Amino acid sequence: MINDFNYLKPGTLKEALAMYAEHDDCKVICGGQSLLIIMRQGMIAPEYLLDIKHVDELNYIKFDKKGGLKIGATTTHHAVEKSDVVKANYPALVAMENKLASIQVRNWGTICGNLAHADPAGDPAPVLIALKANIKVGSAKGERTMALDEFFVDYFETALQKGELVLEIQVPVPQPKTGTAYQKFNLLESDMGIVGVAASITLNGNKKCKEAKIVLGNAGPIPKRSKRAEEFLAGKALNDDVFTEAGKIASEECEPVADIHASEEYRKHLISVLTKRILKKAYEEARG
Amino acid sequence: MEKRLITLNVNGIDYELYINPKTLLVEAIRDYIGLTGTKRGCDTVSCGACTVMIDGMSVKSCAVLAVQAEGYKITTVEGLEKDGKLAPVQEAFLDEGAYQCGFCTAGMLMSAQALLNENPNPTEWEIREGIEGNICRCTGYNSIVRAIQAVAKGKYMEVKS
Repeated sequence: MINDFNYLKPGTLKEALAMYAEHDDCKVICGGQSLLIIMRQGMIAPEYLLDIKHVDELNYIKFDKKGGLKIGATTTHHAVEKSDVVKANYPALVAMENKLASIQVRNWGTICGNLAHADPAGDPAPVLIALKANIKVGSAKGERTMALDEFFVDYFETALQKGELVLEIQVPVPQPKTGTAYQKFNLLESDMGIVGVAASITLNGNKKCKEAKIVLGNAGPIPKRSKRAEEFLAGKALNDDVFTEAGKIASEECEPVADIHASEEYRKHLISVLTKRILKKAYEEARG
Repeated sequence: MEKRLITLNVNGIDYELYINPKTLLVEAIRDYIGLTGTKRGCDTVSCGACTVMIDGMSVKSCAVLAVQAEGYKITTVEGLEKDGKLAPVQEAFLDEGAYQCGFCTAGMLMSAQALLNENPNPTEWEIREGIEGNICRCTGYNSIVRAIQAVAKGKYMEVKS
């Protein structure tokens, strides 16, 4: 049973930010595919709900070869999944969206909403962090942009301050010879991952690893980079043994919790295996 | 809490509702408008029994506030038939026996129709992915997939004379 709330429906972004600044105990809804569930479970009972679903100026996907990709806050998963520029330039993002929940959820839910919800099992964050995405947030006082890597604070907690909305995701154009891949482990394809791993590998001229990003999903309170495994890979000639070792390092570095779906040990094991596989996949894509 | 007056367009008809903003779309459709074909199943965006179409796209009506659906064209299972004639997906479900208890059927039909709206010639795999948000606990899905395939193959094309 959802508790009563007062419904705020701004027509423009400016109105939305003004309303958000004015009202305490206010939550933002767009697709609501995560929010309404936790409201119904009584986990939160905000006094106000600010509905930005129809703030159309935030509904866009833009791309150019210099600035990269920009996805507005009210853009649905489905729009990202079907976008030709995303397909052409960020196939890993499309592959991730394809496996995110069910088509009904993707039709109404938004990628920025998923990030703002900050469930550590969310699919978009690991892939976007591997792609070096930034997130633009804004309030009535102004805007700021941060690395998505720094956006997550704890379970369901983000760096958003009072009155701040997520406005946009920005994904730079990948460097040449870069491959990115993501895989989650789950029992039903449309479920959230028991764990997930995203990796991005950039090769230099002699086909050694110039840079690697490894991001672990649902292996701790926030989507987290395995920095030790990234450092281990830098400068190395890549092969299966190296990927196996990187998997081990990532598995040692992560701190998953046990829940009904998997024990801590099993999650660590999955991280080690998935990291190895996903690094190989990213490497093969980078090599072309 | 302030009630709101909204207009929902369901199956081509405008309904004026005076509702608590927490009213879910599935509640508006079933309890206020009285169209009970749409089923309320899990209430946690899992089972898909409450699937309806918003502007031709499938959504789970237990995860949409009714106030958010204002201004769109909502289609429920009751809106699939035209002039008293069942839609091709409905005929196909009948012919293939694509249901047993029937509880998932309304949602399944809406997902099938939304899939065919977007992709008139889906592969078997695309059909299975298209209905992955709908859980059926008795037919085992095969007859449902066959029914959607039959529509895609044009078995139920209208005879144009």
